Amino acid sequence: MTATARVLPAISTGRRVKNTFVQGLVWLAFGLAIIPLISVLWLVVKNGLARFDLTFLTHSMRGIAPRDAGGGAYHAILGTLEQVAIATVISVPIGLLTAIYLVEYGQGRRLARTISFFVDVMTGIPSVVAGLFILAFWILILGFGFSGFAGALALSILMMPTVVRSAEEMLRLVPTELREASYALGVPKWRTIVRVVLPTAFTGIVTGVMLAIARVAGETAPLLLTVFITNSINEDPFNGPQMGLPLYIFDQMGRPNDTAIDRAWAGALTLILIVMLLNLVARVIAWWRSPAKAR
Amino acid sequence: MAKQIEVADLDAYYGSHKAIEGISMTIEPRSVTAFIGPSGCGKSTFLRTLNRMHEVIPGARVTGKIRLEDQDLYGAGVDPVSVRRTVGMVFQRPNPFPTMSIFDNVAAGLRLNGRVRRSELEGVVEKSLRGANLWNEVKDRLSKPGAGLSGGQQQRLCIARAIAVSPAVLLMDEPCSALDPISTLAIEDLIAQLKNDFTIVIVTHNMQQAARVSDRTAFFNLAGPGKPGKLVEMDDTSKIFTTPSEKATEDYITGRFG
Amino acid sequence: MATSLRTREGGPATGRSASRHDRGEGPFRFLTTGAGILLLAIMAAIAVFLVVKAIPALQQNTSNFFTEKLWTPNGAEPRFGIAALAFGTLISSLLALLMALPVAVGVALFISHYAPRRLAGVLGYLVDLLAAVPSVVYGLWGVIFLVPFMSGPATFLNTYFGWIPLFAGDAVYGRSILTASVVLAIMILPIIAAISREVFLQAPGSLEEASLALGATRWEMIRMSVLPFGRAGVVSAAMLGLGRAMGETIAVALIFPATFEITLRVLSANGNSIAANIANGFGEATVTGRGALIASGLVLFVITLAVNMAARLIVARRSFGGAA
Ligand SMILES: Nc1ncnc2c1ncn2[C@@H]1O[C@H](COP(=O)(O)OP(=O)(O)OP(=O)(O)O)[C@@H](O)[C@H]1O
Ligand SMILES: [Mg+2]
Repeated sequence: MTATARVLPAISTGRRVKNTFVQGLVWLAFGLAIIPLISVLWLVVKNGLARFDLTFLTHSMRGIAPRDAGGGAYHAILGTLEQVAIATVISVPIGLLTAIYLVEYGQGRRLARTISFFVDVMTGIPSVVAGLFILAFWILILGFGFSGFAGALALSILMMPTVVRSAEEMLRLVPTELREASYALGVPKWRTIVRVVLPTAFTGIVTGVMLAIARVAGETAPLLLTVFITNSINEDPFNGPQMGLPLYIFDQMGRPNDTAIDRAWAGALTLILIVMLLNLVARVIAWWRSPAKAR
Repeated sequence: MAKQIEVADLDAYYGSHKAIEGISMTIEPRSVTAFIGPSGCGKSTFLRTLNRMHEVIPGARVTGKIRLEDQDLYGAGVDPVSVRRTVGMVFQRPNPFPTMSIFDNVAAGLRLNGRVRRSELEGVVEKSLRGANLWNEVKDRLSKPGAGLSGGQQQRLCIARAIAVSPAVLLMDEPCSALDPISTLAIEDLIAQLKNDFTIVIVTHNMQQAARVSDRTAFFNLAGPGKPGKLVEMDDTSKIFTTPSEKATEDYITGRFG
Repeated sequence: MATSLRTREGGPATGRSASRHDRGEGPFRFLTTGAGILLLAIMAAIAVFLVVKAIPALQQNTSNFFTEKLWTPNGAEPRFGIAALAFGTLISSLLALLMALPVAVGVALFISHYAPRRLAGVLGYLVDLLAAVPSVVYGLWGVIFLVPFMSGPATFLNTYFGWIPLFAGDAVYGRSILTASVVLAIMILPIIAAISREVFLQAPGSLEEASLALGATRWEMIRMSVLPFGRAGVVSAAMLGLGRAMGETIAVALIFPATFEITLRVLSANGNSIAANIANGFGEATVTGRGALIASGLVLFVITLAVNMAARLIVARRSFGGAA
């Protein structure tokens, strides 16, 4: 036995190597995940700027042949705004009321558990299926034509479960004591919900709604089946085919010439800006709210 | 294999908050050293610097020296993993791996060091469980989950798990505070046995417990809220509990504290 | 709202009895319950109306819908089947999952256990941004950038791994099942990573400390005390991702070569999916053609429903401390 016997046992090289190896893999995974994000954003900005001009934002594609330069996405931007607004008006009340039912009235009931389960399942419905449903039901069976409103119906099916989930989460954050204090004053439950619970959860719900809007604003497939495609400005969402920004990108990128592809990139840039703006505003609202929560 | 620990001028931080300051002490091998002091004075923090578990917390860091025999634990090139292998730890709340059987819980540390023959493993598991006074209670259900044991049994399982890797030092942070009196007694008996093989450091809020199990006692205190905790004095347990040299120690022990 | 005025100051005097006689309570409760039931009704309606519009087309079909590979529903003698489309959907989604899952789990571990704490939040947000990019933008990026780019890797795989049936073939193409799978993998990565990250963060800290105190390295700690807890969550995240991949339409509509072959050769100029076929075929579809597309959508609906329900049930069965 030597005097310099090691006090600390050595960790085997195998274990060390494995540990370092996994660490490397994990960093690599993160790098791999970020590369496409950078690539997509970079190409969208680089290629999108070529046509991201005033003409693009203020003109439609009316009278512009595929090979022509010029033309814009005004009709598509307008359509998207209208469609998303209508979808919001439809899905937020339904989603919010459902969330209220789940949190305030349904606790432990079988119906609530069923609804909750299917809300989760509903988040997984492919958007193209939502479009097909509106196509089958609204357009083919009820006989309404293609319209922005039909597209909004399809979008609202995609929005509802997201709104329910985020609103539910926010309502659950409202402390029970707040409700009980209100009940103790003899305030009926529904008025407690409307006057106390909803205002407390308000900013959180708004954040959730904005994220839901951001999500459906980029949906293309449901619009393709319900709004159809037009090159002209159609301000009326209830009559006749409209355009939507995602649809516009899809339409332009399918045309095999550079002027159309440029327009597609500019459309993509516009869409990403809109979506990112919505995300950012939602984040700012959420951040704004957080000091209040700590209070 | 029990070893001596020497601490010199140790400070520990959580981010910019200094939790303990200027701690120097010698912890003797084959003995039980108890840390006592009011809540928040940094006993746990100090204990966790002894096996480099402190730095696991984001932003936490340590300055000063800790020597295990002649090895600087915070020296350059020292792997915290091998420090923790040598200085084992038992936590306040029993934390057996819920997805593992009783056997696998005890074998977990050994298995980390590569392939071990089953027969060898069985030997060590039995020895450790016997060492933790748990063997007779669990020998017929080694393949059952460890989470199915009572709180006291779980804590002894955690002790068995810690001693299975034959560490030199065993750190215990309030190991009985979540247990009933009978289980507490069982653990105290166990500590008395374990000190034949290990250097034992135990944090406790229970004065009687400190008096019963420990050979040496260290009293920590903090000057005020937000100030770092300090070692007030350290002496033989009998001396600390009868004739402490510091007034603060006496006040604390006799309950005149605060 | 008229009733609300009368009971507005329903203070302590009126007490509990007020709530029982309040005329708003009933309607409000009815509204909320009704909204929930409406959601269930919509789910049911989706199934019902897809079936209703699919049946006439299926009756016109001159071939077996489940075994036929071709998709020619627009002629005088409609002949269409789901076989090739369903196969293409499955193989491209599975391939996407195969690529995305390890990376997503790595990303989740990175955010939860490896990244510097201060950066973890921001880096996690970056990964979430991947999910915020609309699918049509991935489609554009895929067609313009990835399709030409992939010919390199495809040639490499074909040259050196051609002995694996997946990569066999005489020639490789940019528009292929593989390229579509890469796009799908990128798109499902964030959701798998986000859910996995949540379950990894929920692993009890006491167990992590227990393993570290035993002398485990970081990886051993993760293997002992994080992964066992995360397993169910990761499996369910993977299935949710699979469901997403199968339903993704626009991003891959112009990447699939849109043929109706059943082939394992993912580098060849073959491949299609149910969703992509709907997007591509809708423009020229006749009445029967639309019905046929609706029938294919019904199949997609049923498959994704099954996958999603399975995923939810896995989590429900093994939820830890109220994790959703
Ligand atoms: N994870 C942490 N992050 C930041 N500060 C911490 C952390 N853990 C402990 N502290 C601070 O360090 C100081 C010492 O805490 P420590 O837990 O060591 O005290 P203690 O003596 O063990 O108390 P108790 O007897 O209650 O267990 C306290 O001021 C505490 O707030
Ligand atoms: Mg403590």
